[in-house]
Amino acid sequence: METVSLPPFERFYNDNRDAIYAHLRRVVGPDAADDAFQETFLRALRGYDKLRHADHLRAWAFTIASRVVIDLGRRVKPTVELVEELGVSDSRPAYAELEHLADRLPGKERAAVILRYGYDLPYADIAAALDSSEEAARAAASSGVRRLRKTLR
Amino acid sequence: MTTVPTDLDRRFRAAAASEGLLDVGYDLVDSPVGDLLVAATPRGVCRISYDADPEAQAERLARAYGVRVLRAPRAVDAVRRELDEYFDGRRVDFDLELDLTGAPPFTRAVLGELARVPYGEVTTYGSLATRVGSPRSARAVGTVMNRNPIPIVLPCHRVVGANGSLVGYAGGLDRKQALLRLEGASLL
Repeated sequence: METVSLPPFERFYNDNRDAIYAHLRRVVGPDAADDAFQETFLRALRGYDKLRHADHLRAWAFTIASRVVIDLGRRVKPTVELVEELGVSDSRPAYAELEHLADRLPGKERAAVILRYGYDLPYADIAAALDSSEEAARAAASSGVRRLRKTLR
Repeated sequence: MTTVPTDLDRRFRAAAASEGLLDVGYDLVDSPVGDLLVAATPRGVCRISYDADPEAQAERLARAYGVRVLRAPRAVDAVRRELDEYFDGRRVDFDLELDLTGAPPFTRAVLGELARVPYGEVTTYGSLATRVGSPRSARAVGTVMNRNPIPIVLPCHRVVGANGSLVGYAGGLDRKQALLRLEGASLL
């Protein structure tokens, strides 16, 4: 039997709630942050027991938060530059396209690429999501992009 | 560092419980015998623990019932209310659904008989063993009492030795005595 050692949701929530809340306040402002916060963690709860591994849970939480922001219509549109450059764009939104393309990247690169190019997050937030420095977040995103270009050509 | 406002945190936990998204919801309940960690699944109460260390208990609950374990006061509102009434002396039996998932048949049978021991009365390990049809299993009954996942509601404090001595209690003999005194049980 496959064993996934996910922490109890309580711990995941405690470890990430403040970072997600701070992020949402920056992106959608204090008034909309409350609803976005609740929706983010309710969605996380719905998907939590289906996760296949416990790596980069914070990045996963940021991905959910970013999508909630898009669904709330707070953001005009995510960047599409990378998807266009890779020349594989179809009608899906950039983040959906990238999540699919980046599926086989190592966890940290995948998260960095999706958050940067799918959701247009600044590197400061990606660093928070990856629990690493801004330089490390940049490095992860750029090596992820290099790897993507290689596999797609 | 921005922190989540208490009110927002409370609302999220309440929503998680009312939307039925939890494998287990738990909270601490204060009582005259100390803080109790009380946990419930969608099927019923699954745990009452005198070891009110939420971190360790959450790990244990996640292994037993699933990882969607969250401290959610709303999930245990009914238990809290009945426990409060019990400790106030206004309730003599509990009207709660219990979740004994994973308990082996013997354990289940013993706990089922235990649930019928009336408020304020005591019985013995041997007598409980006889009632589940294994008169020689007094010791095994003792083990089941010691590992009772839902003490107080399943009243293992009402089970004593053949000579009337309190014998033991997972929560400590002081607590066993306190519960029996609360119920007005006459002890040797």
